[in-house]
This record gives sequence, structure tokens and C-alpha cells, in this order.
Amino acid sequence: MSMLHHSALANAAMIGSIVVAATVGDVLIASAMRQIGDLDDIKADSGLVGAIKAVVTNTRFFCGVAAMAVSFFSLLFALSHADLSLVAPASASLTVVTNTIAGKLFLKENVDKRRWLAALCVCVGVVLLAR
Amino acid sequence: MVRSNKRNHAAQNIPASHALAAFSFMTRSTMTFRRYLVLAFVSVSAPLGDTFLDVGMKRIGPVSLAHISTLFHAVSTPWVAGGIVLLIGFFASYLTALSWADLTFVLPATSFGNVVVALLARFWRHEQISLARWVGIFLITAAVGFVTQGPSYTEHEQPITAPDAKEVCQL
Repeated sequence: MSMLHHSALANAAMIGSIVVAATVGDVLIASAMRQIGDLDDIKADSGLVGAIKAVVTNTRFFCGVAAMAVSFFSLLFALSHADLSLVAPASASLTVVTNTIAGKLFLKENVDKRRWLAALCVCVGVVLLAR
Repeated sequence: MVRSNKRNHAAQNIPASHALAAFSFMTRSTMTFRRYLVLAFVSVSAPLGDTFLDVGMKRIGPVSLAHISTLFHAVSTPWVAGGIVLLIGFFASYLTALSWADLTFVLPATSFGNVVVALLARFWRHEQISLARWVGIFLITAAVGFVTQGPSYTEHEQPITAPDAKEVCQL
């Protein structure tokens, strides 16, 4: 019983770390892109090289990519301890919800009922697809 | 220059009834047909890239730690190289989409990739899809429909505050 409890707790911790790192990564990258501005406009002004330069010289972007890398290695670590059928849908669906909350809190996006409903539908839909 | 003009234009569109309200943001649609194509590419390229990598690595077979250099050889095989190109294309399009649309718009709108994987499994690999999976496909498709009908971008403006007492007295 204690073993089972420990295993459930360990799975929750591994899934939690994937979700947190993925959310931090997505929010930092989205925030970096907002800071840089509309890439279509930058491309029209300074060409493709200018647009690439604007992205790769942004510190926040690299912090986001680093967080995504942490999420990826957390996923690999989790997959070596738990089943893919648990880890993949659980982390994917929870990330949709945490990204919506983080988008509202940190990026100050206007998350209306429509977007909440969409996030919940994707969350449940991803779980059902993995069954 | 172009961007600042767009922002001024957005600021002028504030309804008169809200002129004294303290706005922190307003939403608008930044979507064009070409931008919907970018979102479609984001949706399709990620699962397709993963599938290419899967096919390529299955052909190479299990890679042991003792022969780790096989991974470098794998990169030069057509399927793995194609998968990498698709995933680079995915990331570039995803970044572009985030520069003109909200994260909470892009993520549900591009979740259709999950449906693409399920449909490929059904019609290409002839796998059976359970009722639960069809419900999942329906829910994700509905989510894409909901979110793409709404505004795509939250415009952050300087808060518009009521005129202070001194300004009112001077008038």
C-alpha cells in the first residue's frame, strides 16, 4: 500500500515537473515573441535575416528554450520510470490548462469563456485520444 | 513604423462609452488567410515530423550506448533528415504565430495536430479507433472551432484614466 502510494506520488512529481517546465518555456517564448513584435513586419522591414537575428538575440527566448529542454529531459526521465500511456496524455492535457492560466496571469491575455472552453475541450480530448 | 501605426489605429477604435474606463487591454483579430495557413502548418508539421523520425529510427533499429555514433549516421538518412526539417519548420512557424497571436489562441488552434495523428492511424495504418477516441477527436475539433471564431490578439494599451482634478479645474 505504501509502495503504491509512493509510486503515485513519484508519478505526480514527474508529471508535475514536465508540466511546470513546459509552461515556463511556453510563457517565456510567447513573452519573447511579444517583446520582439510581429515577425511579418520585421521581415518586411529587414528581411528574413533581420527576423532571425531579432529572435536569436533575445535573452528571454533562450531562457524559454532552456525551460523547454528541461521539460523534454523530464519527459525522458519520466518515461524511463512510468508508462507512456500515463505520462504523455497527463502532461499534454495538464499543460494546456496551466498554459491558459499562465497566459492570463503572466502574459495578461484576455482569456474569455470561449478560450477557457477550448482549453478544457483540448484537455479532455487529448486524454480520450490516448485511451 | 508599421506596428506603431497599427497600435494608434487600435487605440482610436475604443468605443466612446468606454472612454473613461480604465482599460488594461483590448482584443482584435490579426488573422489573415496566410496566417491561418501558418497555423495549419504548425498543426500538421509537428506530428508529421515525429512520424518521420519514428519511421526512420524504426528502420535503423535499436541504438545501444556502445554504438552511440549510429545516431549521427541516423541524421543523414532521408526519413530522419526529413523529420528534422519538418520540426525546424514547425518551430519557426510556431514562433511566427506567437508574434501575432496570443499563446491561449495558438495552443488550442493548433491542437488539431492530435486529430491528424489519430486520422493517419485510422486511414493510413488502418488502426481501429474506439468510441472514446472519436469523442476526443470531436472535442478537439470543437475547441479549434471555438477559439478561431474569437479574437486572436490581446492588444496591451496604456491604461486610459479619468482626467485628474487639476486638468478638470483648468478646463
